[in-house]
Amino acid sequence: MPPSTDQLIELLARGAAPVKRLRPPLVRATLWLLAVAAVAALVVPFFANFALFDEKLRDAKFILELIGTLLTGIAAVVAAFYMSLPDRSPAWALLPLPPLVLWLASSGYNCYRDWIVTGTNGWALGETTACFGTIMGFSVPIGIALVLVIRRARPIAPVPVAAIGGLGVAALSAFLLQFNHDVDASFLDLGVHAAAILLVIAVAAIVARIPRAPI
Amino acid sequence: MAAAQDGDRAGYERLLREILPLLRSIAGRWHRADRAEDVVQDILLTIHRVRHTYDPSRPLSHWLATIAKRRAIDALRSRGRTEKIEVFDEDSYVTFADPAANKESSVRDQAPGLGAAIAALPDSQREALELLKLRELSLAEASTVSGKSISALKVNVHRAIKSLRAQIKKE
Repeated sequence: MPPSTDQLIELLARGAAPVKRLRPPLVRATLWLLAVAAVAALVVPFFANFALFDEKLRDAKFILELIGTLLTGIAAVVAAFYMSLPDRSPAWALLPLPPLVLWLASSGYNCYRDWIVTGTNGWALGETTACFGTIMGFSVPIGIALVLVIRRARPIAPVPVAAIGGLGVAALSAFLLQFNHDVDASFLDLGVHAAAILLVIAVAAIVARIPRAPI
Repeated sequence: MAAAQDGDRAGYERLLREILPLLRSIAGRWHRADRAEDVVQDILLTIHRVRHTYDPSRPLSHWLATIAKRRAIDALRSRGRTEKIEVFDEDSYVTFADPAANKESSVRDQAPGLGAAIAALPDSQREALELLKLRELSLAEASTVSGKSISALKVNVHRAIKSLRAQIKKE
């Protein structure tokens, strides 16, 4: 006979060891972002092309795109921390939307300008495959680091958390990519970035859906 | 709940009993009475598992209701999936013409000593068997409920089944 609800309550109460409360989501997200920033500060000098980066920084549109990418990453990670808790609103998923619009609009505008200047040359595939690899290469370790921290909340609706977390991870990777990105935004480049980001989000969502015993 | 997070077992038990009507009413919104109680138990297990996520400065009822609603809907979905792949096998109740073919199942059906054999198992084996096989909890859930490690539960349930099988064959 399965235990009755009464017996189950007794069993649960008997096994109720003290638990450590989670810190507020904003504190946890900030600590996580600071840790990633610290590691990135160590890694970026090894692959960055600061001369190129300085040159691109003179362009206000590039700065806008950079800010949009970084803010999308930060906002999506913060949203994922909030959404991982049972009693927080799913509307947190909308937090990364404004910076995402800024990011897409500024890089879209840069693409358009590039198209006017270089014509169809912008469609050449080449460096863009390296961008794809870089975004994926950054996304895997950052994604694992995010999963390790977010899973402590044992989200009861893991798929949206993973999707928004995936957006954050991909956006942070795209931000780091900008430190050595000699292709000025072309349509194809934007497409490759979008594909990489969607792939990261899809992988995160699929991983979250794999049926498993609750952690 | 805050006291329960700090390890107040009596307070936790009282709380779980007090919230039962709320959980039953939420489960009842999506499930028929005969299934609702299973869902309520599932909600209780989830609450137990995620009790560290409750922030005492926020309303408890909202935290509870969101978990309950979510688990009730999950149960509905998983029932839908199960019913889609399960086939009703009318023949399963029909015995075979060859008496020898029925032997194994009739041995199982007629094992009068099964209850006694289960009762005679050592406590740890009986608990593992009840949680994993009779109550059909997952290993992780059974580990949460019993406080035993997953590997200990696996070993105990394996030993329990082995000794039950030996017992039934002997009879």
